[in-house]
Amino acid sequence: MTNRLPVAKTYKLYVDGKFPRSESGRTYEVEGANVARASRKDLRDAVRAARKALPGWASLTAYNRGQVLYRAAEMLEGRRAEFTELVGDEAEVTAAVDRWIWYAGWADKLAQVLGASNPVAGPYFNFTIPEPVGVVGLVAPEESPLDGLVARLAPAIVGGNTAVVLASERRPLAAVTLAEVLATSDVPGGVVNVLTGRKDELSPVLAGHMDVNALDLVGADGDRTELERLAADNVKRVVRSGEGQSPWHAAAYLEMKTVWHPIGV
Amino acid sequence: MDGAVSDVAKRQDRSPVPSSFDYAPAPEARDLVRLEPRYGLFVGGEWVEPRSGEYETSVSPATEEPLAEFASANAEDVDVAVKTARDAFENGWSDLAPGERAKYLYRIARLLQERSREFAVLESLDGGKPIKESRDVDLPLAAAHFFYYAGWADKLEYAFPNRNPRPLGVAAQVIPWNFPLLMLSWKIAPALATGNTVVLKPAETTPLSALLFCDVLRQAGLPPGVVNIVTGDGRAGAALVKHPDVDKVAFTGSTEVGKEIQRAIAGSGKKLTLELGGKAANVIFDDAALDQAVEGVINGIYFNQGHVCCAGSRLLVQESIQEQLIAKLKRRMGTLRVGDPLDKNTDVGAINSREQLEKIRELVASGEEEGAEIYQPPCRLPEKGWFFPPTVFTSVAQSYRIAQEEIFGPVLSVLTFRTPDEAVEKANNTAYGLSAGVWTEKGSRILSMAQRLRAGVVWANTFNRFDPASPFGGYKESGFGREGGLHGLEPYVRFDE
Repeated sequence: MTNRLPVAKTYKLYVDGKFPRSESGRTYEVEGANVARASRKDLRDAVRAARKALPGWASLTAYNRGQVLYRAAEMLEGRRAEFTELVGDEAEVTAAVDRWIWYAGWADKLAQVLGASNPVAGPYFNFTIPEPVGVVGLVAPEESPLDGLVARLAPAIVGGNTAVVLASERRPLAAVTLAEVLATSDVPGGVVNVLTGRKDELSPVLAGHMDVNALDLVGADGDRTELERLAADNVKRVVRSGEGQSPWHAAAYLEMKTVWHPIGV
Repeated sequence: MDGAVSDVAKRQDRSPVPSSFDYAPAPEARDLVRLEPRYGLFVGGEWVEPRSGEYETSVSPATEEPLAEFASANAEDVDVAVKTARDAFENGWSDLAPGERAKYLYRIARLLQERSREFAVLESLDGGKPIKESRDVDLPLAAAHFFYYAGWADKLEYAFPNRNPRPLGVAAQVIPWNFPLLMLSWKIAPALATGNTVVLKPAETTPLSALLFCDVLRQAGLPPGVVNIVTGDGRAGAALVKHPDVDKVAFTGSTEVGKEIQRAIAGSGKKLTLELGGKAANVIFDDAALDQAVEGVINGIYFNQGHVCCAGSRLLVQESIQEQLIAKLKRRMGTLRVGDPLDKNTDVGAINSREQLEKIRELVASGEEEGAEIYQPPCRLPEKGWFFPPTVFTSVAQSYRIAQEEIFGPVLSVLTFRTPDEAVEKANNTAYGLSAGVWTEKGSRILSMAQRLRAGVVWANTFNRFDPASPFGGYKESGFGREGGLHGLEPYVRFDE
């Protein structure tokens, strides 16, 4: 009998819709693979890609954005077997797919649940609507490498934000494979960027980056004080907790804009 | 800066200004306000001597006369106030039936309405703002804010369906000097409605209306310790926000101090809202109703001497109407009456403090040095007190300090644009994002501009409108969190989901 030699995958970064190696040329061995070890330069490139992708993604109609995200869930569903092998838990994969669909459905409902028409004491029409905050920096949880990431990423992008993700350091393969799912769906390049590598090297750069608008530390282990302190340099919105799934998780990455106009003839 | 006054005289345009009437003095009576010579700290429903033993004097910016002494709290004083607020939270206030909480807030709203003239006069005395503004804007809005949030106190489960909203605990609140009583109401009303207790620090140049407010609390019969007023300078504010037993920090003030606070409480888990600086663009298209737009521009920048975080301090005017609009604007500036804040005819009052006047002068000088063209209408400034004439700069480049930095004074910078894209680009070219204005008669353009301007509040064909039902707060470095409206409740609750 002849054993076919399997073709091993090279796990690379996902930046601006492409899969580059780290510009530093570094890798680290984890989960049986040599995974790219992103540098500060890679991180800055990822932020630039996320900023560039923001206007297009934010200005899609909510209906369209919902469909694009649903399409990504279809791609995710098709790779259930691969993800199950990677994360070793079919239930987690199922949860991730279902969660992604749940959030996709929120795209065209957030404004109705989170917004308001405000009865001001004067002849004005006044309304409040949610808008994307901009580029979200996201430190993914170490455990639950697929569903844990989806639980933070889906609410971050459904409202029109773009994201730079620091994948689980110990279990990064699911995040890179999720990037392949996104790359083969209709999510535009740059909307989600995935970096693998050392979190203690990359997190402070992400937290202090002046072109990142919000920082998700729900998945960050240990003392977050220094990261929160760095986030203050440009008054980042810091998301620190969020169990389960909720439209309020999406709201944490949204700005509320209030518009006034006089009523008259 | 000693030469500033004569420079002002030189650069003034002496062309005749039409429609300038002479107004006889019309001062509002001061005798409604009875001040104590000296105020302690208001802690646990009582006036207490500060452990620091220190006092400062609050002066009238219009006359530089001393008005009253107030305590300057140190960290120990702050600690006592926070403990008192914690005790009030644990022992009564958080367990009180929400409908009863509502009734206290309704009482406060009514008391403010009843005593509104007294408060208005004090606000103008201590802060320098024109009496017609404190009378017609600050006081009605402050009372309305308490009235609005009173109604929410027993309806929170409808504001947050299925989320089980709970109070946070002790709220530390630090407010600025530009709208002293109104900012106090923006802070205290939602905090109490949601069941929290409060330690509030007023600004050091305008503590008096907050101290008079303690008498309203007495009349309302609010349980002791639910609201504590701790006066002092930045050290007291720093001790308050850093206090380990505080659950919530709400700050309104400069972006610089806001960042310091965000850094200082990093990792503490305290819930934070920041309402910081702004450099709002007021965008005028060539099809706008120009006379209305000019009124909006005037109101946008000269309201409250420009001491407004959401002031329309950058005028972006479409190139084709630039000359016409500037001519109208200068003509209108000539009718602004600068002077005694207590005079009912005054449009522009006193600059809040000597320090702020110096800052305005410094930035205005930088505008001239960098090459912008200055205009100030002929006006006589009072000899005593701190005043600055309404000022407009034309030929301003985006890089000038007067186009980038918050001046917080009656100084407008004019820039031009040709296309809507250029207007958006320039309007958003700032680290701030608090407010913006757009003036056009074209509906689709209003909505498109409102969508593209990165600011928390967009006024279309109006400016500087405020209402307790309307959420207010910034994008980017203008801070986060909203005050006012349904959205203003969330910063004061946690959820047992």
